Amino acid sequence: MIEFILNGNLVSTNSDATTRLLDVLRNEFNLTGTKEGCGEGECGACSVLIDGDLVTSCITAIGSIKGKTVVTIEGFRETEQYKVLEKAFAKAGAVQCGFCTPGMILAAHALLSKKSRPTYEDIREAISGNLCRCTGYNMIVDAIMIASKEGKGLW
Amino acid sequence: MKDISISVKKKDHEIKTSGRAIYVADMKFEGMFYAKVIRSTIAKGKIKEISLPNIPDNYYIIDAKDIPGKNALKIVESEQPIFSEGNIEYMGEAIMMIVGPDKRKIEELSEKIKITYEEEEPVFTIEEAYEKLVSYHYEKGDYKKAFQNADEILEETFITGYQEQAYIEPQGVIGIYENNKITIYGSMQCPYYVKEAVMLTMGMDDKHVQVIQNVTGGGFGGKEDYPSMIGCQVAVAAKKVKRPVALILDRKEDMLVTPKRHPARLKYRVALNNKKEITAIEADIRTNAGAYLGLSGVVLQRALIAAIGVYKIENLYVSGAAMKTNTVPNGAYRGFGAPQTFFAIEMLMNHIGEKLGLNPLEFKKKYIAKKGDTTATNGKYHYHVPLDEMIDKAEKISGYSKKYKKYSKPQTGRYRRGIGMSLFLHGCGFTGSAERDYIKSIAKLVKNEDDTVEIFVSNTDMGQGLHTTFSKIVANTLGIPLEKVYINNPDTDKVPNSGPTVASRSIMIVGKLLERAAKKMKEQWKPHEPLTIIEHYKHIDLIPWDIEKFQGDAYPAYSYGLNVVEVEVDMLLATTKLLGVWGIFDVGKAIDKNIIMGQLQGGMLQGIGYASMEKMENKNGQIYQANMTDYMIPTAKDTIPFNIELIDNPYEGGPFGAKGAGELPLVGVAPAYVAAVENAINKNITEIPLTPEKLMEKL
Ligand code: FES
Ligand code: FES
Repeated sequence: MIEFILNGNLVSTNSDATTRLLDVLRNEFNLTGTKEGCGEGECGACSVLIDGDLVTSCITAIGSIKGKTVVTIEGFRETEQYKVLEKAFAKAGAVQCGFCTPGMILAAHALLSKKSRPTYEDIREAISGNLCRCTGYNMIVDAIMIASKEGKGLW
Repeated sequence: MKDISISVKKKDHEIKTSGRAIYVADMKFEGMFYAKVIRSTIAKGKIKEISLPNIPDNYYIIDAKDIPGKNALKIVESEQPIFSEGNIEYMGEAIMMIVGPDKRKIEELSEKIKITYEEEEPVFTIEEAYEKLVSYHYEKGDYKKAFQNADEILEETFITGYQEQAYIEPQGVIGIYENNKITIYGSMQCPYYVKEAVMLTMGMDDKHVQVIQNVTGGGFGGKEDYPSMIGCQVAVAAKKVKRPVALILDRKEDMLVTPKRHPARLKYRVALNNKKEITAIEADIRTNAGAYLGLSGVVLQRALIAAIGVYKIENLYVSGAAMKTNTVPNGAYRGFGAPQTFFAIEMLMNHIGEKLGLNPLEFKKKYIAKKGDTTATNGKYHYHVPLDEMIDKAEKISGYSKKYKKYSKPQTGRYRRGIGMSLFLHGCGFTGSAERDYIKSIAKLVKNEDDTVEIFVSNTDMGQGLHTTFSKIVANTLGIPLEKVYINNPDTDKVPNSGPTVASRSIMIVGKLLERAAKKMKEQWKPHEPLTIIEHYKHIDLIPWDIEKFQGDAYPAYSYGLNVVEVEVDMLLATTKLLGVWGIFDVGKAIDKNIIMGQLQGGMLQGIGYASMEKMENKNGQIYQANMTDYMIPTAKDTIPFNIELIDNPYEGGPFGAKGAGELPLVGVAPAYVAAVENAINKNITEIPLTPEKLMEKL
């Protein structure tokens, strides 16, 4: 049995230690906001936060997160920071098909948590592991910049 | 009423951002089974023998014998089998499917299936291919005479590569069979295409097949025809096993077997008179169709119609063929044949201009079509062609001509700069009279007692924002708040057939139907009384299109675009860096500024990928770059802020003056990008993608 903190609650799973965290989240906990785009760590659609760091859950074995803290979009959407990011993404028109969006939101939060006033370069670097085929990224970059300005004191 | 272009929060913004949106892979049904397709490992031949392992209880093999109706995929014609009956035309062709409750067990079983083949000689490339799946040609004026009298004849051949749509959500469907009825859920652009295909394959009538679109994670053309294939496969399985069956492709399988942009070879001949003016053009366009016709014919039509780009040339001979090869069938990708042709014609015009010692733009200007001019197919430019204003604007914001002159002087050193410009158009909607003859769109508006209004159409929102733009058209026409108008993902049991979500047609054609329906509703509006308005497509016949002769108005209207790209080339490493990217577009009227900007930004970056880094090869019948590591699409670090401006040029045939916008931004980026690199390195380039390896060969 593997125990970890998921979106603030202590949970456990009986899955084999090699099971992908992505599958545990989606199948056992029904947290389908975490998406599978490639299954090989390239697209970032499956991004979650583990102890505050952005991690691709499709190449993370559940065994490796024993005792750690996992936050998915379902947990993060309850926060004040999410509200700021959600608004900024709307204002900048940063969401099209939405498949990359939960991962992008978490990537933005991971960045702002480390650097609350990032440069444009910082933002591009921070989301460079998250592919988006729809937007061409610039509107997402703008959205994160807006969030960093509006979210004073939150990060 | 406020200007409709002012951006609003998208209708689906919150569900998507919060992770609540349900995509097909997020759905679960009681007792659902999973499916895996067993595919051919050879490119051409016959199946000799299939040996199956012991299939445990609760696991099933589904193959051609299980198909109750016709074993043929309905696209334009019905030729491709749903499951092979012994013949193999490409590597990855579906032979059978294993269905059962546990994915790992399915995997295990699939590895134990042994198939032996009798191999035949396959063909893979346009050069090797000998069979034309379809071919067309047309002419204008007296091209023969023009070539006979030519002072000089120039020839150039252009090569363009595959492009993979690379939507981030892989394709997937779920099929359910209950009470003698099939229901298909899935990620798709065209629910009625899936429905008609499933009806044929299942031998079921209209009443017994239902298709429901899930939130769709990008399409770009890639989810136009293939969902019909997997929809049929799960339908057959669901009927046999009497349980919901899910087929969700993983990335690799998606990249190996779904249709892509056609690789093409475009041969041009140009006749110049003694004043060095173009008097005639001859073009021959060959595309690699893959193993089955699919959409290759209609893609080829668009490629041929665009043969002379935005220019007016009096004498033409244009021919083309979709060549059969033993490779994965190609299909629709944003631009639908036009990006290939625009790459060729724009590079050709640049090369001729430069050969004559001119700034390519100055050379092109003499040939730009104007309102009233005839098109390549003897149709007419019925409306204002705003390219002159667009050029002026581009000069102002990008400094194109000044920079072109500066960079054209001999450059030395490791880093060299260049700038390129392209001019292009995109015909809005289906080619010719397809809207009138085949599609016959119907849209429905329903007003409820509480005075909310629901939109019923079969067009899908795959990220391009249709739920929001359709709702805005209806709300603004009715003069009611946007919150009072709503729309759901289409369910063919509920929505009329307003046609597929393709060809930049949704806003212009279906949006117009909704605008007309809303006007009628407004006239008949009585508070708190239900009201339904149904609106049918009305054809505006200008110069009738004749598909046999390829003559007449191929499109009712055109959207226009201009791109400028400025680059810096590292002569040592053969890498390029973007310095500036500009886009000027005429989409009539933007229904929502943010949404249009999103389309333009995203489309242009796909164009840059097409031009520079998205390399996909077919080696011995197999797609070689079959994952996101090998097939690289641009990341946030590969791009820079784009400078985009819109020209207001409302079109009377579109709602609020809107024309098509979805495909346009991808059509002309490649020639602008490549022209910029040429300008920097002072060499001609005729092939895309221009990867660093390719560029190295040039340096
Ligand atoms: S699904 Fe995990 S990185 Fe793509
Ligand atoms: S919005 Fe579609 S992939 Fe990013």
